[in-house]
This record gives sequence, C-alpha cells and structure tokens, in this order.
Amino acid sequence: MSKTSRTSITMPSTAKKGSIIEIRAIAQHDMESGFRYTEGGKQIPRDIIRTFTCTYNNVEVFKAEFYSGIGANPLIIFTTVAVESGTLEFKWAGDGGYEAVNQASITVS
Amino acid sequence: MKKIVHHRRRRWLKQVQGLGLLAIATCLTPLKAFAKKEDADEAIKKIIGGAPIKDGKVTLTIPPLVENGNLVVLKVSVDSPMTANDYVKTIHVIAEANPSPNIFTVYLTPRSGTANVTTRVRLADSQRVWAIAQMSNGSFWRGSAETLVTLSACTEMV
Repeated sequence: MSKTSRTSITMPSTAKKGSIIEIRAIAQHDMESGFRYTEGGKQIPRDIIRTFTCTYNNVEVFKAEFYSGIGANPLIIFTTVAVESGTLEFKWAGDGGYEAVNQASITVS
Repeated sequence: MKKIVHHRRRRWLKQVQGLGLLAIATCLTPLKAFAKKEDADEAIKKIIGGAPIKDGKVTLTIPPLVENGNLVVLKVSVDSPMTANDYVKTIHVIAEANPSPNIFTVYLTPRSGTANVTTRVRLADSQRVWAIAQMSNGSFWRGSAETLVTLSACTEMV
C-alpha cells in the first residue's frame, strides 16, 4: 500500500529560450522527525519524504535528499534553464512507501 | 521583631533564588543533549572525505532571530557561472545543534542556471548552520550563518 498526498507546483507556463525559470514545489506531509515522544514517553517513528526529483522532458535536472531537519509540508524553490517546450515531472518518495507525482508543462519560444 | 522578619525574608529569598537556578539548570540540560557539534563535524568530514575546504562562495541566509524553530526559511546561494565546465554539483546543509546534523542535500546540473535553493527547515536550538558546496572540479567551499531560536523544534510533546 503506497501513500500519497497533495502536491503543488508553481512555475511559469511560458518562457523565452535560454531564460532561467524559478520552480516552487510543495508537498503536503507532516515530516515526522522521529525525535518526538508522545505523552506516554513512546518515540514516534520517523515518517518523512526522503527524495525529490525533477525531470525536464525525461532528463533529470534537479534532485534533493531530505532529512528530519526539513520542516512539515516541504517546500523547495530552485531554478532551471528553459531549453525546450515540454513537460516537467516532479516526484517525491519517502518512508512507508510514500510516493507523489506532479507534472507541469511549459512552452518555450 | 522587625529584624527577625527581615532575616526570614532574606532566607526565603535565598531559597527562591536556589529554586530558580535549579529550574534554569533543568531547562538547559535537555538542550545540552542536542549539543552535537562533533556529529556535525563528522557529517562534514563524511562529505568532504579529507579534501580541503575553503571559506567563501557559499552564502547561507537564515533569519538572525527565529521565533519558532519548526519552520525557518533557509536560502543557499553559491557564486558560480553554472556553465558546462564550471558548475555546482552538490550543496549539503548541516546543522550543529540538531539531533540529526544533516538537513538536506541538493544535486544541481549546468541546466540549473543558478545555484539558488530555498526551503524551510527545523532548528532545535540557537546554533550555526553550515552549507557545503562541491564544484564540478571537485573543490569544496563552505559558508555559514548563526541564528537565535526562541522556540525549539523537535523537543515538544504530542
């Protein structure tokens, strides 16, 4: 059983060829650090998103590894060069079989 | 009579003061458990693997005063032309006083255009946060920022 959640991508839908675009990717996730305890003194197991990758027309352009130090609902803002029209695919993967995929298309002129 | 009262009050004040110190001491002890500078140094050593590391090129931006350590906006930028021959390969962010020193690692390519990454992190205590960048030629550069955290992340009960 794989888990998933809501994700959101903010980026321009059109760009000039060769220009740098900013991408904001956010996923809804508690990012349970594994360092917290319940009132009963029981440790809450870690449950975080471990990796985030961005592919641009099936070429990987950005990858991130997250650890417990990333806050809840991880937001990551990065840049890429708009080289051609096409689709950007975003993938999150984490503990307990967590998986989420999002896509955005861009028209490059 | 008045003298005795004064004396009592003084003694009472001393006792209260003692309690106060005790309270401060107990408040500080759990934080000491997170003072893991050695862990951070080790994490950095693991990244660079004995290679020399130079200061500069890397700018880490975090607010100097953080009210809530659970969500701190952190920005890393590395000074690099980001061309096919000269670009930033990886950026690691390490916290000195978090229970786990690694916060995140990003992998960039010449197609990134710039080496600017922003995210939101947790900080367990007032501390120095390091960013280590590896360039395409294999050299390591580092930058850091210090911050004061009033409400710590990680330690609260559920």
